[in-house]
Amino acid sequence: MEVVSPSGLQEALDAKLENPSAVPLAGGTDLMVDLNFDRRRPDAIIDLTRVTELAGWDRADGAIRLGAGITYARLVAEVAPELPGLAIAARTVGSPQIRNRGTVGGNLGTASPAGDALPPLLAAGAQVELASATASRSLPLTAFITGPKTTALEPSELITAVLVPVATGPQQFSKIGTRNAMVIAVTSFALALHPERHGVTTGIGSAGPRPLVAEAAESFVEGVLEEEGLWDARGVIPGAAAVRFGELVADAGQPIDDVRGTIRYRRHALGILARRTLGWAWDDFRKVSG
Amino acid sequence: MNLNLKVNGREHEAEDVWPGESLLHVLRERLGQPGSKNACEQGECGSCSVYLDETLVCSCLVLAAQAEGREVVTVEGLTEDGDLHRVQEAYLEAGAVQCGFCTPGLVVSTHSLLSRNVDPSDAEIREALAGNLCRCTGYAKILDAVRLAAGRAQGGG
Ligand SMILES: Cc1cc2nc3c(=O)[nH]c(=O)nc-3n(C[C@H](O)[C@H](O)[C@H](O)COP(=O)(O)OP(=O)(O)OC[C@H]3O[C@@H](n4cnc5c(N)ncnc54)[C@H](O)[C@@H]3O)c2cc1C
Ligand code: FES
Ligand code: FES
Repeated sequence: MEVVSPSGLQEALDAKLENPSAVPLAGGTDLMVDLNFDRRRPDAIIDLTRVTELAGWDRADGAIRLGAGITYARLVAEVAPELPGLAIAARTVGSPQIRNRGTVGGNLGTASPAGDALPPLLAAGAQVELASATASRSLPLTAFITGPKTTALEPSELITAVLVPVATGPQQFSKIGTRNAMVIAVTSFALALHPERHGVTTGIGSAGPRPLVAEAAESFVEGVLEEEGLWDARGVIPGAAAVRFGELVADAGQPIDDVRGTIRYRRHALGILARRTLGWAWDDFRKVSG
Repeated sequence: MNLNLKVNGREHEAEDVWPGESLLHVLRERLGQPGSKNACEQGECGSCSVYLDETLVCSCLVLAAQAEGREVVTVEGLTEDGDLHRVQEAYLEAGAVQCGFCTPGLVVSTHSLLSRNVDPSDAEIREALAGNLCRCTGYAKILDAVRLAAGRAQGGG
């Protein structure tokens, strides 16, 4: 096995082009487990932790451009005001040790249905930036993740960044697991309010082959908010509407039975998470702007 | 491959490192620093916790090559002139050590917490130590130890 440690992005992309089977390594919190347990034995590894272009974030026209190598710890510390949903999710990842190393690029690279960064990125309408030595492109997250642990990434490409629109209203994220710390989500849900366009967007995690959008639930609750004039009145969402929203989100899930939970439990939990996050976010909206 | 890194203030060169090895393996098997423990090798237990360039990490999840040219501090590096660090003293005094396997990792994590937060609440202590498992103590005495160390730090000790 060979390890290359490029210090710049072009050098990293050149290395990937030269040996497309080389496996990128960021925080190692997924990949090192596979190496330690001999589940993967790549012939070459490209260590991305020295690539300065991937490590930071900057502002880009109403959005935040997160380098693929940004850690959960830095998300929590640095971008919570702009990307509150993602920051809440980042706070729930693993332990301090894991948040200090694990990256957004690694979560996208692994593309686990349980990846906690994915539902809030979906709800926020994030775009994933990919580059090879010769070209770059950007895809909506929904097009990037093609199935459980599979992505649209070409062998010669690296994930370079994620472009996330700055929040225009409250965002929430919640996940269910067996205890409070260090859990892989049994199911999770993210929600974003967009007061400027009277929009509600969603992201479902750990209840399907990939993160999912609950489209029918979004249109339903947008319709209720519109009809009742609740955006302007900053009124309370009727209880029955919140419950219906939860049911529609639960219907949008495509959970499976596995060691972490059954289909029935996952659907039930998802509906409750959806109803609660809607309530929290809407309360925030009423408080902040009311 | 040869690996150059600073461990506990001293420059080290580890020879014949297999490129797929973890930093934990290098520390224990090549550099004679067995303080960091190997229990799970999957980031779950925290017994391998060290500082990598001042950041708390699980050394089992760091590829050796990622530590090239970097600075590592292990539990061995926390002692001052051969005296136990006050966090270590507090663990002893509070009776927070039973089999002791988890202790080095907990000591490093506690050290990291107290360097950021001199007076942590119980919730903050639990949060900071969530990545360190102990199968013996039931954690009550570990919390006592952290509070003891925090109190002494504030007292200037
Ligand atoms: C104890 C423990 C607890 C955990 N808890 C959680 C949790 O609560 N929630 C959660 O979502 N995850 C959790 N994880 C999983 C993991 O921490 C995350 O998926 C993390 O985001 C992975 O990032 P990384 O930088 O460590 O990735 P790595 O392990 O370095 O890489 C992961 C994958 O992505 C690829 N990759 C990385 N960067 C790039 C890039 N720039 N371009 C292309 N491919 C790339 C790698 O080749 C690899 O296939 C946990 C892991 C552990 C060990
Ligand atoms: S040995 Fe590294 S976390 Fe358990
Ligand atoms: S004292 Fe034995 S594992 Fe903690």
